[in-house]
Amino acid sequence: MSYIASNIDVAVIGGGHAGCEAALATARLGLNTVLFAISLDSIAMMPCNPNIGGTSKGHLVREIDALGGEMGKNIDKTFIQSRMLNMGKGPAVHSLRAQADKYRYSKEMKKTLENTENLLIKQAEIVKIHVEDKKVKAVETANGAIYYCKAVIIATGTYLRACCFIGDTIEYTGPNGLKPANRLTECLKELGIELFRFKTGTPARVDRRTIDFSKMEEQPGDKKIIPFSFETDPKSIEREQISCWLTYTNEKTHQIIRDNLHRSALYGGKIEGVGPRYCPSIEDKVVRFADKERHQVFLEPEGEDTNEMYVQGMSSSLPEDVQLAMLRSLPGLENCEMMRTAYAIEYDCINPTQLRHTLEFKEIDGLFSAGQFNGSSGYEEAAAQGIVAGINAALKILGREPMIIDRSEGYIGVLIDDLVTKGTKEPYRMMTSRAEYRLLLRQDNADLRLTEKGYRAGLISKERYEKLIEKKRLIEEEIKRMKETVVGVVPSVQAFLEVHNSTPLRSGMPLSELIKRPELDYYKIKEIDPNRKELPEDVQEQVNIQLKYEGYIKRQLIQVEQFRKLENKLLKEDIDYHQIKGLRIEAAQKLQAIKPRSIGQASRVSGVSPADISVLLVYLEQMNRSKNINK
Amino acid sequence: MIEDTIAAISTPPGTGGIGIIRLSGKDVFSIINPIFKGKKNQDLSKVRSHSIHYGHIIDKEMDKVIDEVLVMVMKAPNTYTKEDIIEINCHGGIVSVRKVLEQVLKMGARLAEPGEFTKRAFLNGRIDLSQAEAVIDIIEAKTDMSLSTAMDQLEGSLSHKIGELREELIEMMAHIEAAIDYPEYDIEELGYDLVRKRIEDIRAKIQRLLDTADSGKILREGVKTAIVGKPNVGKSSLLNALLREQRAIVTNIPGTTRDVLEEYINISGIPFKLIDTAGIRETEDVVEQIGVNRSKDIIESADLIIMLLDLSTSLTEEDRYIMNLIENKKKLVLLNKTDLPLKLDKQEIYNRFSQNEILEISAKNKKDIERIEETLKEMFMSGKINMEESVMITNLRHKDALIKADDSLKDALSTIDMGMPEDCLSIDLTNAYKYLGEITGESVQDDLINKIFSQFCLGK
Repeated sequence: MSYIASNIDVAVIGGGHAGCEAALATARLGLNTVLFAISLDSIAMMPCNPNIGGTSKGHLVREIDALGGEMGKNIDKTFIQSRMLNMGKGPAVHSLRAQADKYRYSKEMKKTLENTENLLIKQAEIVKIHVEDKKVKAVETANGAIYYCKAVIIATGTYLRACCFIGDTIEYTGPNGLKPANRLTECLKELGIELFRFKTGTPARVDRRTIDFSKMEEQPGDKKIIPFSFETDPKSIEREQISCWLTYTNEKTHQIIRDNLHRSALYGGKIEGVGPRYCPSIEDKVVRFADKERHQVFLEPEGEDTNEMYVQGMSSSLPEDVQLAMLRSLPGLENCEMMRTAYAIEYDCINPTQLRHTLEFKEIDGLFSAGQFNGSSGYEEAAAQGIVAGINAALKILGREPMIIDRSEGYIGVLIDDLVTKGTKEPYRMMTSRAEYRLLLRQDNADLRLTEKGYRAGLISKERYEKLIEKKRLIEEEIKRMKETVVGVVPSVQAFLEVHNSTPLRSGMPLSELIKRPELDYYKIKEIDPNRKELPEDVQEQVNIQLKYEGYIKRQLIQVEQFRKLENKLLKEDIDYHQIKGLRIEAAQKLQAIKPRSIGQASRVSGVSPADISVLLVYLEQMNRSKNINK
Repeated sequence: MIEDTIAAISTPPGTGGIGIIRLSGKDVFSIINPIFKGKKNQDLSKVRSHSIHYGHIIDKEMDKVIDEVLVMVMKAPNTYTKEDIIEINCHGGIVSVRKVLEQVLKMGARLAEPGEFTKRAFLNGRIDLSQAEAVIDIIEAKTDMSLSTAMDQLEGSLSHKIGELREELIEMMAHIEAAIDYPEYDIEELGYDLVRKRIEDIRAKIQRLLDTADSGKILREGVKTAIVGKPNVGKSSLLNALLREQRAIVTNIPGTTRDVLEEYINISGIPFKLIDTAGIRETEDVVEQIGVNRSKDIIESADLIIMLLDLSTSLTEEDRYIMNLIENKKKLVLLNKTDLPLKLDKQEIYNRFSQNEILEISAKNKKDIERIEETLKEMFMSGKINMEESVMITNLRHKDALIKADDSLKDALSTIDMGMPEDCLSIDLTNAYKYLGEITGESVQDDLINKIFSQFCLGK
């Protein structure tokens, strides 16, 4: 028997990384929000790798922070090791990654949610979304409680009809043996939503006490810790770090795998879901890259107060006995004990091309979705969608303009545009190579790119925004000064250049040009720049990067300018593409399904050719003219 | 999209001595000024709209004059496209017209697509609403055409070579990208020395392609087609019929055509350079002897031979002599004068050549001329004519893309020289890959991601 529980603004289904950001965003924007989770003990749980960030994912976290999200702050509070990856490469791909104490991460996030005004978290399974006239009306729990609401954000992760595989054992559970959500799928189907079935997996955990670290390479953290959040003071989070460890598979490991392939759920044909290529099981690696003699395996601590060590590189759906034999063939793991077995998990998710860039369903008013449910993979990808869905759900209820991040503004923009435009055939992972304007979308300037959007949406305080404006001013001023400060051919300068193995000057040169020399940078030329004021570290960093890579940045800015022109040519959602003369049938079908918001997005839909785009341009012009005539 | 400046030859190729190149867009003046040398070094952006200026187009790099020209300046908005328009009237025939176009493209114009001037005229509000459908028809026609060219090119050697170059590029890019996106995995890094070497290799290959494009006869000069046959067999009549105008002297006195005549025709966009030779025969006449020797040279160097035989006379030694000369050439044998009583033993001809190399015609019959044109086009499209060293009709577009790809690779090398990191390098490499892809029409990003995962073993 169902009953009316209450009247709220927003219902968030799921308490993972997407759900948390979504709920925090709507509550902080003043909307009465309830977050429903199957278990309140699994809020912001990290069922797989014990880290946040990494290449491109670190960028996402900083962007979430610039928008006013929580992930960056939460990992700053709970990390046990921090590294900036790719320091040997250019600034576009420097990537921050932190090992998390996953238990504290989850606890801290729960604490934040519990102490946020307008937000209630509730342990309940949502089994039904009530929709009337293509408009969301309410959600209903398994116990029959009905919550009337103005918007629903689905963030069910891997819980929908979840099912786990360990070799030939099949268990109908969600991640970590948690209860799956089996009933919501039916309701989604009735609402006409197109579903996919995806697969992912997680490796085993072993007992720290049974590992011989002397046979492994140590991977310590960085000496200088850089926080994820632009608001965290680096000094406030200094701490002793815990190392990760590296070992390798060998011929013996590979032999064990080959001998037991027939027992794998994956190769035995039990799994129907589509798995990600970037997250291959160890059996996949051995089969597909047969000529590779060894594969890397990393051991990562799962927290400070636990002996569990995550075995990165050994995802598997082989039976338990084979897994143990495999692990014990690795140097340092000869006597290891397995605390948790690796498993593969299958779950329902949607075809994300049903969504707008706001992450609202095109066909159902007020229904939003985020995270793995949208076909992505990874905590950071989930959180990024969570905050975008949350902000847009709130803006919609408040009757304000939506917030959309485009491909030239952030990785979040690339992520969402890829999902809603191209869809995905496997769990989608962010990668720096997916971002075409990579040099502009650096992790170091995420605040410069997105704080204003966060401020406009209402998640960034005036104080923080003003600090950003001041930072921008300082950067611009210093860049201007560097361009105007010309050093002459004088002994002190020549001597400085000689010390740095740099060609002596023949005539005067602005400091901004000297910075471009590979052997020099903004910091080094301080010596020949006596008028330099002491500036904050983050300002110095921007001046250095923006001047050193100026030529490349300019080139990308020109590309962005062209990109924007097509993005700004908007297409209405009610266009009947089949009625447009000159469009090829394939293009018309694809466009009808995607309903792109702009000519730019239309041009990225697969199967739409440049000639089709020309036809659309002509059509748009025709529409504009006839509108003018009717006036 | 509408912001860049476009250029194209706006006169049909090969139909006359004068060719016009039209430019439209906001940068026409910055494009034309550096390569136009007028009387008083005038700045064309300063001249009166709708005025004509005499001068020369120069090749800036080689510092030499390409052609003597008249330049017409028409300023926005009172032009066909409502944008600034420049028209360059060239006098030096097809070769210099193309050279001038190349200069213009080098200066930053983009080769216009079919119908693009009209499209701009429409988008800028020059053409009224009722004409919009016609514009779409043009674009549609373009789709069909580019589809069929794409099909043709799939079989062509150029696109095959482009494919190989792209493969080399993307392998290198995938390597670099995999190391960037998976910094912890032990992917062997290529190292800048190796990257430099590979880029130089690719550049050398592009250069070779560009060289063939430069010497590529078909694009620049058309398919070199020699018309041969004994005197008075109807060569000049055929030529005239194909040209549809009287240019060569037509008489019934053998040997009237002393000089070698060259003319261009354009069959469905494919330029043919027709060469009418003096009748080949053993002769004592000195003047004619020179012509005959030259004819033999022409047969040697031609891409295609059209041989004429006279159905109204029986085969002569001369006919057999010519048939021997063209034995190993690509050829079309025309049995002319079906309108006169038959005297020729056709069997001998059919024994010697294959059925599809022979057409029976009357050069006076319009339908027959169309059949000839159809056959020539078919021979070209099916690749029977000299395809290995030829570049296709869209050659200039390819060349444009190749040059841009090469420039991007040049940028990549200077990125390496400047000691810039891989993420900068990948901007240049991606550009090069994209330009090459413009010829085959594929997207960068998906290719790259697929390559990374197929080649490297990555992930948790």
